[in-house]
Amino acid sequence: MDYEVVIGCEVHVELKTKTKIFCSCPTDFGGEPNTHVCPVCLGLPGTLPVLNKKVLEYAIKAGLALNCEIAQFSKFDRKNYFYPDLTKAYQISQFDLPICKNGYIDIETDKGKKRIGITRIHMEEDAGKLVHQGNTITTSAGSLVDYNRAGVPLIEIVSEPDMRSAEEVVEFLNSLKAIIEYTGVSDARMEQGSLRCDVNLSLRPVGQIEFGTRAEIKNLNSFRSVERVIQYEIDRQVDILESGGKVIQETRTWDESKGRTYSLRSKEDSDEYRYFPEPDLPPVIVMEDYIEKLRAELPEMPKEKRRRMIEKDGLPEYDAGIITASKALVDFYDAVHTHYGDAKKISNWIMGELLAKVNAEGIELNALKIQPEQMAALLKLVDSGEISGKIAKKVFAEMFETGNNPGDIIKKQGLMQISDETALKTMIEQVVETNPKSVEDYKAGKTKALGFLVGQIMKQSRGQANPAVINRLLVEKLNSM
Amino acid sequence: MTISRLTIHELHELLIKKEISATELTKEHLDRIRRLDSNVKAYITVTDELALKQAEAVDKKLAAGEKIGMLAGIPMSVKDNLCTEGIQTSCASRMLEGFKPQYNATVLEKLKAEDFVMLGKVNMDEFAMGSTTENSAFFHTRNPWNPDCVPGGSSGGSAASVAADLAVYSLGSDTGGSIRQPAAFCGVIGLKPTYGAVSRFGLIAFASSLDQIGPLAKDVTDIALIMNAISGYDKKDSTSANCNYPDYTASLNKSIKGMRIGLPKEYLGEGIDSDVEAQVLAAASKLEDLGAHVEECSLPHTRYAMPAYYLIAPAEASSNLGRYDGVRYGLRVQAKDVASMFCETRKQGFGPEVKRRIMLGTYALSSGYYDAYYLKALKVRNLVKQDYDKAFTQYDCLITPTAPTTALRKGNNQNPLTLYKSDICTIPTNLAGIPGLSLPYGVDRNGMPIGVQLLGKAFTEPALLQVAYSLEQNTSLTRLKPNQGKGI
Repeated sequence: MDYEVVIGCEVHVELKTKTKIFCSCPTDFGGEPNTHVCPVCLGLPGTLPVLNKKVLEYAIKAGLALNCEIAQFSKFDRKNYFYPDLTKAYQISQFDLPICKNGYIDIETDKGKKRIGITRIHMEEDAGKLVHQGNTITTSAGSLVDYNRAGVPLIEIVSEPDMRSAEEVVEFLNSLKAIIEYTGVSDARMEQGSLRCDVNLSLRPVGQIEFGTRAEIKNLNSFRSVERVIQYEIDRQVDILESGGKVIQETRTWDESKGRTYSLRSKEDSDEYRYFPEPDLPPVIVMEDYIEKLRAELPEMPKEKRRRMIEKDGLPEYDAGIITASKALVDFYDAVHTHYGDAKKISNWIMGELLAKVNAEGIELNALKIQPEQMAALLKLVDSGEISGKIAKKVFAEMFETGNNPGDIIKKQGLMQISDETALKTMIEQVVETNPKSVEDYKAGKTKALGFLVGQIMKQSRGQANPAVINRLLVEKLNSM
Repeated sequence: MTISRLTIHELHELLIKKEISATELTKEHLDRIRRLDSNVKAYITVTDELALKQAEAVDKKLAAGEKIGMLAGIPMSVKDNLCTEGIQTSCASRMLEGFKPQYNATVLEKLKAEDFVMLGKVNMDEFAMGSTTENSAFFHTRNPWNPDCVPGGSSGGSAASVAADLAVYSLGSDTGGSIRQPAAFCGVIGLKPTYGAVSRFGLIAFASSLDQIGPLAKDVTDIALIMNAISGYDKKDSTSANCNYPDYTASLNKSIKGMRIGLPKEYLGEGIDSDVEAQVLAAASKLEDLGAHVEECSLPHTRYAMPAYYLIAPAEASSNLGRYDGVRYGLRVQAKDVASMFCETRKQGFGPEVKRRIMLGTYALSSGYYDAYYLKALKVRNLVKQDYDKAFTQYDCLITPTAPTTALRKGNNQNPLTLYKSDICTIPTNLAGIPGLSLPYGVDRNGMPIGVQLLGKAFTEPALLQVAYSLEQNTSLTRLKPNQGKGI
């Protein structure tokens, strides 16, 4: 039988606030275990949560960027369960009245534009982290808990089950990531865990309207694992259905190294969270003018930015698509563009040299040493003929490494292009003298010899000679012989 | 004159006239605790060193001619569910035995700023669940009027310590009557303030939407003075009310002439002890004598308040008490894996009443039961609130019994349902979030004190204090002392 796959996503995004959602502990990564904690995020007896206003602001901004309705009345609820990383035995979350609902993202597919619905966005707190001692869980002597993450603000973005392939999911996640990044409310980096995705996947016979039973797959920490898990789950569920079995509703976890999913818990075990309204926090009332103020603060979104790059800057759609996929890249492009006019040349350098280096060295775009003004200066040096394109690549590598100015690098390493005719004529004299055979060949009509001689001169000038000038002078010289 | 019998404002006069020093006053109380608390058993922890240090600081201020606040140097006790920095805060539970918070409850920070003197932490029903203080995991507290009777609960240690003059005043907490009922049983005054008037930060939660901290004291003026110190907005408690707070003593001397007072019929009659009812009616007629208009009124949903309360409070408790899992602090019972550790810790750490309420609350919140129990209870809560709202369009305050009976006999309180009924007059107040004050008004046939309760609209504590004060000034029935022979 032919099956259609139906996929929805739950995406957790860590908000980039300075402090936690209900206390003033820092949210910074990488502190010694249990150093970013206080009585409130540790849930010590008698302590009470106080909502960080920035969290509300960021959640609303994310909602607006994802075309959501913002609830003027929403509230927090407690999600109760026992786990050592959960300091209060409940997570403060939002259940039936989330801050945002009914949004969407438009994605590009091979069949054209497709709209993926956003069911809701709610605010919640992160839990701590268990650190198992020893190599494996079976030989582990015990576990330690680090509560530095406890109380770090998250938003959970729930999509409609609108996606029909792994490609659509990846496209959805890429667009979502870019939009979130643009709003500035999160770094949205999957590798670092500031964007985490759970996938809900079910199959149904092609043509059937009702959804099949779904499995929820957790623990996906890269776009690649999202793609892999979807293929794996499709295969697993097809096998079950084809052999006459039934898919059970359950939560599964992805094992990246083994390339397979495992059952974590079935629905019966997992759905008893005893949600009820959080009595320690009053309802969240948001005024219309506050929402409008935040809407006005939103920067241009990737879609609009892309259109503008194509229409105003004259960039090809492909270039615009690559650059707008990342906020940091767009910012870099924009900054270079304010100093340098030729958009296509900028995009060539970004897509070529810059991204190659970034990918090869695994550097974060917002941690670049090379500054946009320096990049613009480099392009100008090429345009004015002070250095050749080839040398420019060498200079760029140095700039990328050190953050030094291109002018300084060129001066220090003596990389300036030589167009001075006197200097070049001396070089030509020498090369012609030491290569009589080639000169003879040229005279005999073998034009190939000219190229050889030019190459020799370039070599002697360590690549700095201006090839056009050499060509002209060399032909003059040979013809005069 | 017995110094230990005096009130805050009386002692304050003596202090500023230098007729007594804060250290002498504190020593006198510590001495009484040493001699008499083995009979009352109010204190879990006596912080004598700290108390003397605090008293000394006040004496230094006095010696230097500095002005001192009304509560400065006055020895008091604190219910053991209010967090005290570096001092055991046990909630009278094995679970938190030895737990020393790193922070003070906001109320204690406020009292510290007033140069208070803390004698120690007093007994209670475990996690404030109970009406007799017999649910303490450590020991039972006795009623200073009759050692065979309970002091009430859950703030039994607070009420007993004040009644036995082992503290000038005390701080308790009230979730369904836990300040007012023990105040009534022990013949002292207790106030449950409006929800949000006193910060809950540092109060170990039982039921967050119902809990309030409040004072127990020997006269109405003292209650007003304590309220001046502990009430107010606190940014650490999101449910605390950001509004103007009055000087609670300002209304005391005002006449109650023309005040309209309702006498809700649902709080009288069946289930109410006849002596108790007689005293409530006596208080009402006294108020009429003083110029108030008293008339019968009705709060028709009163009978549904108790079942609603016993769904809402346990539901919140089941969540609030989830954190006692042995991972971070308090009791941990080692076991073969994490889940067993949770289970064993909670099995051994909690007493039967706490477990009963956790079970009840867990059940009420479970999917499939939520709508029928918890949600329905919330609707009832709304109806109870509306009853009061309506009544307060006609009346400035209401007068009722604080409890259906006087102090219960000890060791006779095994049936939880019977016990739950002893909170029947106080529970609706917490559901509505309004203030309630219990005032002693005479004794019953056995010589045990009777409490009358005054209820008012949210943030009308000054009116309640005004009515209570006029009763206090015009009868001898409000300032009662345990019978010397029978009591301690």
